[in-house]
Amino acid sequence: MANEILEEHIQNEYKWGFTTDIDADEAPKGLNEDIIRFISAKKNEPEWMLEFRLKAYRNWQNMTEPHWAHVSYAKPNFQDIIYYSAPKPKKELASLDEVDPELLKTFEKLGISIDEQKRLTGVQSNIAVDIVFDSVSVKTTFKETLAEKGIIFCSFSEAVQDHPDLVKKYMGMVVPPTDNFYAALNSAVFTDGSFCYIPKGVRSPMELSTYFRINASGTGQFERTLIIADEDAFVSYLEGCTAPQRDENQLHAAVVEIITHKNAEVKYSTVQNWYPGDKNGKGGIFNFVTKRGICLEDNSKISWTQVETGSAVTWKYPSVILKGNNSVGEFYSVALTNNYQQADTGTKMIHIGKNTRSTIISKGISAGFSNNSYRGLVQIKKGASNARNFSQCDSLLMGDKCGAHTFPYIEIKDKTAVVEHEATTSKIGEDQLFYCKQRGIDNEKAIGLIVNGYCKEVLNKLPMEFAVEAQKLLAISLEGSVG
Amino acid sequence: MISIKNLHASIGEKEILRGINLEVKAGEVHAIMGPNGSGKSTLSSVLAGREDYNVTEGTVTFNGKNLLDLSPEDRAREGLFLAFQYPVEIPGVSNINFLRTALNEIRKYHGHEEMPAKDFLALVKDKSKLVELDSKLASRGVNEGFSGGEKKRNEIFQMAMLNPQLAILDETDSGLDIDALRIVANGVNKLKSKDNATILITHYQRLLDYIVPDFVHILYKGRIVKSGGKELALELEAKGYDEIKAQFESLES
Ligand SMILES: Nc1ncnc2c1ncn2[C@@H]1O[C@H](COP(=O)(O)OP(=O)(O)OP(=O)(O)O)[C@@H](O)[C@H]1O
Ligand SMILES: [Mg+2]
Repeated sequence: MANEILEEHIQNEYKWGFTTDIDADEAPKGLNEDIIRFISAKKNEPEWMLEFRLKAYRNWQNMTEPHWAHVSYAKPNFQDIIYYSAPKPKKELASLDEVDPELLKTFEKLGISIDEQKRLTGVQSNIAVDIVFDSVSVKTTFKETLAEKGIIFCSFSEAVQDHPDLVKKYMGMVVPPTDNFYAALNSAVFTDGSFCYIPKGVRSPMELSTYFRINASGTGQFERTLIIADEDAFVSYLEGCTAPQRDENQLHAAVVEIITHKNAEVKYSTVQNWYPGDKNGKGGIFNFVTKRGICLEDNSKISWTQVETGSAVTWKYPSVILKGNNSVGEFYSVALTNNYQQADTGTKMIHIGKNTRSTIISKGISAGFSNNSYRGLVQIKKGASNARNFSQCDSLLMGDKCGAHTFPYIEIKDKTAVVEHEATTSKIGEDQLFYCKQRGIDNEKAIGLIVNGYCKEVLNKLPMEFAVEAQKLLAISLEGSVG
Repeated sequence: MISIKNLHASIGEKEILRGINLEVKAGEVHAIMGPNGSGKSTLSSVLAGREDYNVTEGTVTFNGKNLLDLSPEDRAREGLFLAFQYPVEIPGVSNINFLRTALNEIRKYHGHEEMPAKDFLALVKDKSKLVELDSKLASRGVNEGFSGGEKKRNEIFQMAMLNPQLAILDETDSGLDIDALRIVANGVNKLKSKDNATILITHYQRLLDYIVPDFVHILYKGRIVKSGGKELALELEAKGYDEIKAQFESLES
């Protein structure tokens, strides 16, 4: 019985699956040094940047794809991917009027305003957006307002041109090009992304966000984001993403690096909604992402909050290296998988400094035939005296054809450490559903309520507008054609 | 209001309700008593539409509609309320949010607008007073970490908020301390009107001192084997079920 209800819910609909018909400037398919030179030339990059790419590429060629994650998928054919696709014309946009009306329409449909006068989703908010469409950033809003405070918020490509010293200094500091297979690939072929620098003593007056959209078929998206908070700086950064509905699997391999200096804080929130594939598991994005931050100096803080509902396969571990004394790392995660989606996600908290603290709250929700794994590492290095970690990993199962797995790894090299780990697995109760229905609430709404209640601790960490979006998204991702 | 005729229900191969006949009219209070495992909760679950049970025979008419044709949520929206013997916890979903969703879903079904937030909060204040529910409980997660007695009281609070036509209270009295019992009973009495009806499932005559029933029924092995006025409850209290059991032993189980 329960299964029948749930099965109806498993037939979810992806509402961001449309494509935009737009002329694109594309690289030929495949990957070799010429393609990398092509990308670099397209972006008019300095020699050092090309060198960085080529070095990464040569490394990558000697690496093999990791297989330890609890996911299975057909290995992408790296020669069958288009590594660069940009909507034409690709020139510096002086005003909104110059943005292709097709693009404007696309973002309107997605509920994102590139018009600074209009605010996101109608809620009174103040968010600067960088929009990345396939391989390039098409528009960054509120740039001037931010510049007044000395904040640099622009596309990665622009940063390479205008702030080469900062890029050179920080790029690869947290995720070196040799870090792992997909980070190496990204380092070789990354096309765009956001760059953000908050100078000393500045609290960003608004939330900064990047919206990633994959549109072109046959392409991969390889973006790179770099966020630096200098001493006493603070920023809250949001990331959102969607992709059209396609039968093919598209690869998204991003790198995000965060660096915090003394007393600085970065709060990074993601709502990941890449196309998950259809209900039979056809198509969808392979989301292989390396996100890592370093609390470089004392009393700094990095906080990751993620709501993962999309992608066919997710492989992602936003991590924090707690190098500075008294630094704080946080990871709040909701990962929802439905149909044939697979997610292997979690975090690493590496305690190096003294009195460092980390918190991990992970909420997994599995429905349909999906597989949802939490994988987390808490490492306390020698000398990291009085380190503290608290981890809580909860799994919620909907139906009996899905799987939830927890792989916590704990390595303690300092005796003064205190590490606590709690884990629970529960089923969405027939009793809970019936209780809701007996009060007049239908199945769909009931599931939405229960799931949102279950994720509350994490959703509470999101900025207001995002929390509302995320709640709706969770409900929609489980919604079906209820007969 | 509700008319139950020859209702049979089973779970798997096991028949639990074996021909229930019961007629409840607006303005009436019926008490159902009976030994453990006789099928009282099953009857309330079947009426509320729990899908684990198969209705194999019989009819149930609720305000002229075939109740068994309606989904559980539509039964609720039509005015059937069940105070659960074991209220369920829904962590992270505040009582208030839960009730607001429920109330508005019921209103929507009847073609009404959502209740404005201000009116809703006034209603919460009013009804929580009725059952003397601590205002902190109203904003906590639904039954989350509530004590047994608090959960029961919360059921009556929800009933007050949703204002049903027919309320089935499944052992709402068990687990309540003496003061709470009086408060809950008072609440139920205040909510009573000539337009609604109540079915009380209980093991104890004590509750019936506070909420005086018009009829008392004894359910045994899936059938109502005896009905009478409130004195039947007193008789049971004095004699226990031995006589009934002896008389109906022959009902094969
Ligand atoms: N899901 C089920 N599976 C198997 N048997 C069940 C199930 N639900 C109820 N029963 C059986 O049906 C019978 C009636 O149960 P029910 O809960 O209706 O009794 P009750 O009269 O409410 O008892 P109590 O006074 O203890 O609350 C019991 O024998 C019980 O074990
Ligand atoms: Mg019972």
